[in-house]
Amino acid sequence: MPLIKSVRGVGHRVVDSVWRLGVASRFLALTLMQSGMSFRRFQLIVKEMFSSGVMSLIIIGVAGLFVGMVLGLQGYETLKRYGSESALGSLVALSLVRELGPVLAALLFASRAGSAMTAEIGLMKATEQVAAMEMMAVSPIARVVAPRFWAGVISMPLLAAIFSAMGVFGGYVVGVVMIGVDEGSFWSQMQASVDFREDIINGVIKSFVFGVAVTVIALFEGFDAPPTAEGVSGATTRTVVESSLAILMLDFILTAFMFRGV
Amino acid sequence: MQRTTLDLWVGAFVVAGIAALVVLALKVGNLSTYNVSETYQLSAYFTNVGGLKPTASVRSAGVLVGRVSSITLDTDRYEAKVTISVDKRYEFPKDTFANILTSGLLGEQYIGLIPGGDEEVLQDGGVFRKTQSAMVLEDLIGKFLFSEAGDK
Repeated sequence: MPLIKSVRGVGHRVVDSVWRLGVASRFLALTLMQSGMSFRRFQLIVKEMFSSGVMSLIIIGVAGLFVGMVLGLQGYETLKRYGSESALGSLVALSLVRELGPVLAALLFASRAGSAMTAEIGLMKATEQVAAMEMMAVSPIARVVAPRFWAGVISMPLLAAIFSAMGVFGGYVVGVVMIGVDEGSFWSQMQASVDFREDIINGVIKSFVFGVAVTVIALFEGFDAPPTAEGVSGATTRTVVESSLAILMLDFILTAFMFRGV
Repeated sequence: MQRTTLDLWVGAFVVAGIAALVVLALKVGNLSTYNVSETYQLSAYFTNVGGLKPTASVRSAGVLVGRVSSITLDTDRYEAKVTISVDKRYEFPKDTFANILTSGLLGEQYIGLIPGGDEEVLQDGGVFRKTQSAMVLEDLIGKFLFSEAGDK
């Protein structure tokens, strides 16, 4: 009976994913409860911030610059039709600060740092380092997971801010320096339309939420990976896929809450 | 505590991130134009506010003097009550005229203040007595069509 088999397969998958979601939530709660040590030994967080935050700086900066330059070019082409090239500054800044900065920085962070976290923890598990820690009565969640979690959560808003700032600079280079939009109206229109609390703080909140989501998914997948070469590679793939989807879905939910239009 | 080059890099990263936030706040956002403490409140009634929004600018002679803080409907008069916060440095006579104007043909709407000649100035909580509502494009076209038809 192939029909019953396929129905059973779907049911099994659904139950399995709900199960994993439950375990992941417990994993997050456990990480939060055991993060006291990583704040007392802040050096642990600093070390992880180097590998996840500092090493992502170049990709984030270059990507932000080019996204801003593309926005400048495309925005100019469209705005020119309505004779409002001077609004280029507000177009570039609003789309970067509200959406593209947090979302693209989080997507890049998930594929640059999230996948590395999963692979690292998966390999630690495969080579039985995690089991060895437990043998020595060291909680692997407190020693391995929590510092990486907090490093990701701290780095993400900073990276998103750098992405947006580089993007605005890219838009300025293309719009003002290359095309020749009036510099004064570029900045003044931008400042008139971007609100500090409405736009910039909401963008920071967004990237903070994305930081939590990406790091939890990456760490959980690594911790949950079967301790084989295949298992680790599968977990790394799942990290990138799941965290990208989570970022985009969370972005919709957060945007619906934040910008309902006055 | 031991210092490592790694700390230096992480420190530089945090400084760059915070600097980016400050640049966004001051250069991109309008944080620098806020002066929360030094304002006083005035209000005006309009029959139609058009597309005026909270945080829209309030200008006199083209100079930014304040911002719209809230727009509500007054159910006693069935008119829009617009509250604006004006910079303490500027005072306006009691017979100041408040207009809703548009920057450019399709630009943002703002409130323009045209001072009158009264000796007394508006205090905190004062109300503009003379106002002019927003120009609504449909009304304007309607009037134009009506007058065109009347000429013939």
